[in-house]
Parts: sequence; C-alpha cells; structure tokens
Amino acid sequence: MIRETLLLAIQAIARNALRSVLTILGIVIGVAAVIALVTLGQGSSDEVTGELEKLGTNIVMVRPGAPGMGPQGPGTRMLGAEPFSLADVDAIQTDLPSIASAAPYETRGMTAILGSESITTQVVGTDNRYLDAVDWPVVLGRDFSTAEESGGQGVCIVGQTVREDLFDDADPVGQKIRLETLSCEVIGVLEEKGAGSFGMDQDSVVLIPMRTMQRRVLGDNDVGMIYVRVDPAFTTDEGIAEIEDLMRDRRRITGGEEDDFYAMDMAQITSMLTGITTVLTGLLSAVAAVSLVVGGIGIMNIMLVSVTERTREIGIRLAVGATAGQVMLQFLVEAVVLSAMGGVIGIILGLIVAALAAWQMAIPYSPDITVVIGAVVFSALVGVIFGYFPARRAARLDPIEALRHQ
Amino acid sequence: MTEPTPVIEFRDIAKVYGTGAAEVRALDGISFGVNRGEFVAIMGPSGSGKSTAMNLIGCLDSPSSGQYLFDGVDVAGLNRDQRALIRRDYLGFVFQGFNLLARTPALENVELPLIYKGVPRAERRAQAMEALAKVGLDRWAGHDPSELSGGQQQRVAIARALVGDPEVILADEPTGNLDQTRSHEIMKVLKGLNDDGMTIVMVTHETDMAAYAARHILMVDGRIEHDGPPKPQEGAA
Repeated sequence: MIRETLLLAIQAIARNALRSVLTILGIVIGVAAVIALVTLGQGSSDEVTGELEKLGTNIVMVRPGAPGMGPQGPGTRMLGAEPFSLADVDAIQTDLPSIASAAPYETRGMTAILGSESITTQVVGTDNRYLDAVDWPVVLGRDFSTAEESGGQGVCIVGQTVREDLFDDADPVGQKIRLETLSCEVIGVLEEKGAGSFGMDQDSVVLIPMRTMQRRVLGDNDVGMIYVRVDPAFTTDEGIAEIEDLMRDRRRITGGEEDDFYAMDMAQITSMLTGITTVLTGLLSAVAAVSLVVGGIGIMNIMLVSVTERTREIGIRLAVGATAGQVMLQFLVEAVVLSAMGGVIGIILGLIVAALAAWQMAIPYSPDITVVIGAVVFSALVGVIFGYFPARRAARLDPIEALRHQ
Repeated sequence: MTEPTPVIEFRDIAKVYGTGAAEVRALDGISFGVNRGEFVAIMGPSGSGKSTAMNLIGCLDSPSSGQYLFDGVDVAGLNRDQRALIRRDYLGFVFQGFNLLARTPALENVELPLIYKGVPRAERRAQAMEALAKVGLDRWAGHDPSELSGGQQQRVAIARALVGDPEVILADEPTGNLDQTRSHEIMKVLKGLNDDGMTIVMVTHETDMAAYAARHILMVDGRIEHDGPPKPQEGAA
C-alpha cells in the first residue's frame, strides 16, 4: 500500500512537472541557504582552530581588561584597566618556574616606506623573547641586540611579505625603511609563515623593539599584551594559575575582587572565536529557515489547488472503497515527496555553493552529515505539517458531492 | 425450506434533507428487498428519490431513519469508513459519467478497487485483465480513457465494478451519456453478467433500457408506486 501510494504521488507530481518545480523552489532555496551557511560556518571554525593550533597549544596571552564580549567586540570589556609594563613581563619571565618565556606585544597598522614604494603593514613592538615564545626564527640577518632593545633604537625585523613588496629580490639587511615618521634599519628577515585566518597575511609584519614602539610610536610606557610560552613540564592551566597569582599580587588585587586582566590559552581563544562564528551561523541559518516556512506555505497552497482540481478523482476513489485515511495518506505522501524532493535538491545545491565559496575564501570545505540529515528530516516535516490541512480536506470530502463535481 | 436472505433489504427507510420549514423528505419510508441474482431497475421522474435511494443502497450515504440490511446485517448506522469497506468488499459502481481516472490506463482504472483491498500487484494485474476480458476490452488495457469511445469507457467502468467479485453491481443511469446503439451494447453486457448470476440494481429513466431488467421499482415523490414485473403501460408514460 505504501509503495502504491508513493508511486501515485510521484505520478501526480510528474504530471504537473512545471508546477511541482515552482512549488518546491521555496524549499530548495531555504535548504540550500541553511546548508551552505552551516557548511561555511563550520569551515571557518575549522580554519580558526587550525591556525591557532599552529601557534602551539602552550601559548598563553595575557591582557589587561576582562575576557568575553565588550562594547567594541571581543576583549574590549574593562577597557580602562591599567596596562602592563615591561617590569610585569620581566616578572612573569623570571619569577615563575612554569613559564619558559614571556614577551611584550603591542601592534599598530602603519605604512612602511622605501623610496617610492609604500605598503600598509602590521608593526609589532616586542623583543627577542617573542621569537622564542611563538617559535618564529630569523632566517636572514640577526635578531635584536640587548642595546637595541633597551635603548629603543631604530631597527626592525621584517616578514617575508614586507621583504618581497619593498625589496623584491634585493638583500634588505642593512637598508633603511621608514615607518611613517620612524626611520629604522632592517637587521633581519623572519621565516615565512603562510596565509592565516580569513586571508590575513601573517607575513605582512615588521617587528621593532618594544622600547622603540613605546617611545617613538605610542609615546607611553605601556605594554598592551604579553605573549607567554609555558614550560613543557607544566600544563597551561598551571602556567595560567601562576600568572594570575603573580599579576593579582603585582596589581594589588585582593580577596574577592575581580581580576582586571586575563590570561587565555589558545584553546580558550579558539573556543571564543569559533563561538562567535557559531552564533553568526546560527542567526543566519534562522533567517534562512524562515524561507523554509514560506516554502511550506507554497506547498500547502498548491496542495489545496490540487485537492480542488482532483475532487472528482477523490470521489471515484472513495466510491470504490478508499477509506478517509487512505485518501488522506495519498495527499500527505504527495506533499512530503514534494518537500523532500525540494530538500534533496536544496542540499545538493547548498553543498555546491558552499564548496565554491569555500574554495574562493580559501577555507576548508567541511560538509556535516548531521546537518544534511537534519535538512532532509526538516523538509519532510515541512511537507507533513503543511500537507496535513489539504490532505484532511481531501479526506473529508463527501463522495456523492465529489462525484458530482465537474 | 426457508426464504433466502435478501442481499439488500430496505425497511422503512427515510432520508430527510434540511430541517423545519425547509425540510425535504427525499425518501418517505420505503421498504423492499433484492434477492441474489435479480436484475432490478429503479425508475421514476427526476426528484422522485431514485438517486437518493441509489446512494443509500450504495452506502455512499446513510438514511435518516429505518433499517438497511445488507446480507442480513444492519448497515444503516455505520460510519464513513465502515461504509467505505462495505463498498470496497461487496459493491461495484457504474456511473452515468463513467468516472474513470483521467490519464490512467484502462487496466489501472480496473485495478483501483483492488489497490485499496491490498491485493498484491501481480494478482491485481491478472484479475483486472480477466475483468477487462469479460467486457471484451482486454486488447485495450493499455489505453487511457481519452483514447476510448464512450461505450468502451463505460465497459471499462463495468470491468472496474466487476473486478472485486462484488455481491451487487449498482448502475446509476449507465446509458445516460450514450447513444442508442452503445446503450444497448452496455445493457447487453449487464444482462450477460446477470445471466451469469450477478445481482444488478440499476437506476434509469429510459424504459427501453429498463426493459432488460426483470423487475421494476417505480418511484414517485419518495415513495414506491410499483414493485414487480414491468407494467405494460409504462412505455406510454
């Protein structure tokens, strides 16, 4: 009986091929949008996770303020918190047994100029401990000398992109470039890191000594962030606990007072960033899901038309002994087959769109089988819900009236 | 030897539409029985209640009062789905307008009652072909109704009525949409089935078609005016 009903539904749909296609368009678009968004969202989450894991799982970032969402995005709560100083960095490095190295970190987007060439790049104020903390070797030239670090001299180490953009194939070591008003001599070139998250170029970077950054660029003695590498003999949680104890002490935070700084390891940062992606994906998918409901109403509409058109057919079926339940099932199955077809086409379309977009944005293509199954189930459910009313109307027809219908 | 149980028995059946001043008594307490193997023609002018009677016999509708015994079982109080099962298992319908499913081959039209009975596919095919052969249309099994003449369509409808091996075939103005020649063809098919033992109840207003039936029930204003062999003066009426 189920097989007969299915065949009957497919026949009825095929008979009105164009109408059927137009009817399921809403479902197709809705499902395709949800599938594409969720797949891309997953892809970008994977991308972020992969990038941050490359940095190393034992890296901890310490920042003033409070973690979580603030008024200007993540990490902007308690903006007024007192910044760190170089003394804080030194204390973390020397006082804590669990810490392998700690480096100050301050960054600004600036224009780098050489002769007539100029590029926009990321200028980072730090010191040699940063190269150690994030394991980023200098492949050409040398790193900072103690005198350059403590004296705040005009020297810099450039990333591969800066080197290629400003110097082409020429040897950059010993040349002088200008970072806006600051003139500095290139003393080294960093190893190539490759593309980062969302097309961000990690090699478009110029490292200058922290003191130079403070005195000649920012005009203060602040340290905005501290990069810490935890000694492999300790867990990152142990490292974070030690840092928190020390910093609470140094910043004179007592008892139940809230910290005005935070230390996060890569796992926490990853979950924060992917959390944002998840929320965004969820919101966009919710909007797309609305189009599924609209698609369902389209199916209901066309099924009602179909019931009216086929009143006589229903009358004949009732006369030869079909029960109300059998007639109802026939129209319900027809609606479900329609919407499930829309679902399947939508899934295929959504996966293709996601694959193209993922390729375009250079993020991983990560289709999720549970989402695909969910889309099939949901679209079939749309068919049941919106097919129910027309099917019930068909089942309740009076056979005598229905047979008289022209 | 006891009287055989009539396959159809109406006991004081009434059908009332509307209430109060708008009340219409389409059937005003009629009683009759039909035995196995009979060929009965129900006749009467339009509005006499013959179609209402036919709908009640066919379990398409239920009476307002009275008893309807089908094979000795009262079916007057059955609900919709129970009536559908009676139609499916014991009745075959032939309508004036043929009522075949459009764009569906003759064979599949004939199979329709068997689908709802749950007969397996292969067996269904065989039974439907057999029924089509009985009405002489086995060579047209693959054709859609639109490719068949009116007479052929009505014969497909008769095959559909026949296929479930029903107790009774109900024919509602079966020749109403056909010309004289085709009408007689159809009546000969029905007569042939009756000769093989099939019980047939037919509604018609055409006396020369009613002449194929051995028993006439003449209805006027919701009452039975005559029940028995054809009356000689009918032809003049």
